Amino acid sequence: MSFVSTQDISWAVDGVPIVQDVSLGIEAGEFIGLVGPNGSGKSTLLRTIYRVLKPTGGAVFIDGNEVWKTDAREVARQCAVVTQERASDFEFTVEEVVIMGRIPHKGMLDADTKADHEIVRRSLAEMHILDFAHRSFSSLSGGEKQRVLMARALAQQARFLVLDEPTNHLDIRHQLDLLERVRRLKVTTLAALHDLNLAAQYCHRIIVMRAGRIVASGAPREVLQPDLLREVYGVEAEINADRSGRLRIDFSYLGA
Amino acid sequence: MSAGAATSPALGQWHASRLAFSTVVVLMGIGLFVTITLAVAIGPVQIPFTRVWQIAFAQITGQDGDWSLAQSNIVWHLRFPRVLLGGIVGAGLAAVGVSMQAVVRNPLADPYILGISSGAAVGAVLVLSFGVLAFAGAYAISIAAFAGSLLTFLAVFTLARIGGQFSTGRLILSGVACAYVLSGVTSFITLTSDKDELARSVMSWMLGSVAGADWLDLSVPALVLLAGTAYLLLCARPLNALLMGEETAATLGVDVVRFRRRLFLVMSLLTGVMVAVSGAIGFVGLVVPHIARMLVGTDHRRVLPVAVLFGAIFLIWVDVGARMIIAPSELPVGVITSLLGGPFFIWLLATTRRKGVGNA
Repeated sequence: MSFVSTQDISWAVDGVPIVQDVSLGIEAGEFIGLVGPNGSGKSTLLRTIYRVLKPTGGAVFIDGNEVWKTDAREVARQCAVVTQERASDFEFTVEEVVIMGRIPHKGMLDADTKADHEIVRRSLAEMHILDFAHRSFSSLSGGEKQRVLMARALAQQARFLVLDEPTNHLDIRHQLDLLERVRRLKVTTLAALHDLNLAAQYCHRIIVMRAGRIVASGAPREVLQPDLLREVYGVEAEINADRSGRLRIDFSYLGA
Repeated sequence: MSAGAATSPALGQWHASRLAFSTVVVLMGIGLFVTITLAVAIGPVQIPFTRVWQIAFAQITGQDGDWSLAQSNIVWHLRFPRVLLGGIVGAGLAAVGVSMQAVVRNPLADPYILGISSGAAVGAVLVLSFGVLAFAGAYAISIAAFAGSLLTFLAVFTLARIGGQFSTGRLILSGVACAYVLSGVTSFITLTSDKDELARSVMSWMLGSVAGADWLDLSVPALVLLAGTAYLLLCARPLNALLMGEETAATLGVDVVRFRRRLFLVMSLLTGVMVAVSGAIGFVGLVVPHIARMLVGTDHRRVLPVAVLFGAIFLIWVDVGARMIIAPSELPVGVITSLLGGPFFIWLLATTRRKGVGNA
């Protein structure tokens, strides 16, 4: 059995199916990119996996445990999530945000220990933001905030990482920076990504969704084909591989 | 950037612009002691500061001292219960304010603004006029006020969620609407009642007052305050997580639905019991948490104790003002908290808008 898998996951709202019979498997250490046009159900699928949206059908397994039959705390120790950051009126320091990653490991009466602070320090260091520790989270730029949220996910010490469009609103340098860091972690990762070039560059495997279903899955160069992109996105694509084997996709508009 | 690792201060230290938590708590503790002493000493009959505690000590140990019975009565039976009740109510409302703001992720929430206090007042007035819950004896008012605040809580939140996304704007509007309706209900019950005294006691409920407090009035609110604050402190981590958003809290292992349900119960209990003894005192739950956050930051492990201590100090002084401003007459404390809190609310509204994150 794969490290993470879903079996026939479905989710519908008011009878309208958003995700339909999605089955996928992720091996330990893989970095999987989930791509597809807006409204294809990527975020919904991710939310059923990280135990926020209860699927109307099917099951999710992480490391052998069925997610929706495991309590939230236990799942939070196995699976860490980074989504896009929402504005808040409250001022936490970066350190306070990152130590929240320890919440699933803490009982009501437990104090933060030296070990917790050491984990926070290592997580900040891993994301190269150790010197941000005492800054106000809300004063940071978008890219810096994303790195803080990544550090929080690391402090959770989960073996599975879910990222929902983590590079949205980031400039290209910070997009590359974030994905580069995620790849170096070598943690099993499932990331919804918008940018196909980035997905091709960083992911071991790509899963393509359309209208709530998986339409393709495999290595980037197998999956990202002009026919598929025309069918899924309605665009014309020219795909080239450079000498190092890196894919480059150029798009052109097909018209309405 | 990684070079900063060697020079950055050790983790676990507080933010540089914030005061050390322990310093703030010690100062607040001393402040509360001084506040209680002064508040008991100040009044139409001035009592020397040392005498305040001599009389208290003598009363507790059952001894006599070289002071008049009148002095002893004023200190022990009139002023002490009133001052302590003011402190308990202020602390309780501050604790409710802190947790309510975490639940709705907005610093503008307060039991008074969201109509919860008005709901508690309706429960209390029902007991006074119709003798509802008579079997519960002396606790009837507290129980009815608790039920009133819990029902209002549910009504306000349901209203704010109707027709799509929950927003703070909708929440405040539905709170204000509920407060109007409930004030109308309170007035209606009062005006159609044939009990003449009711009108006056209801008036004090709607304006808020800790005058005429008795030692017997203190036990229930004190217990509820201790238990409620202890529970909230134990939930400080999930409260922190909630401020990052419900979805984030869920991914950090917080069972948000169940946790929120429990918080509603605790907040309703605190609000109901405080309103039962003091009426609807507004804005304490808004002003105090904000100042506490400015002192020690947002982490609930630090905000809650500081807000509770400061809430007590704040309301005791407001009550001293209520006694002194137009002495020998008295103002209801709620009048002064509204005069202070209303402009504070507007200021908060203006500053959060400017940051462009006024709606969650």
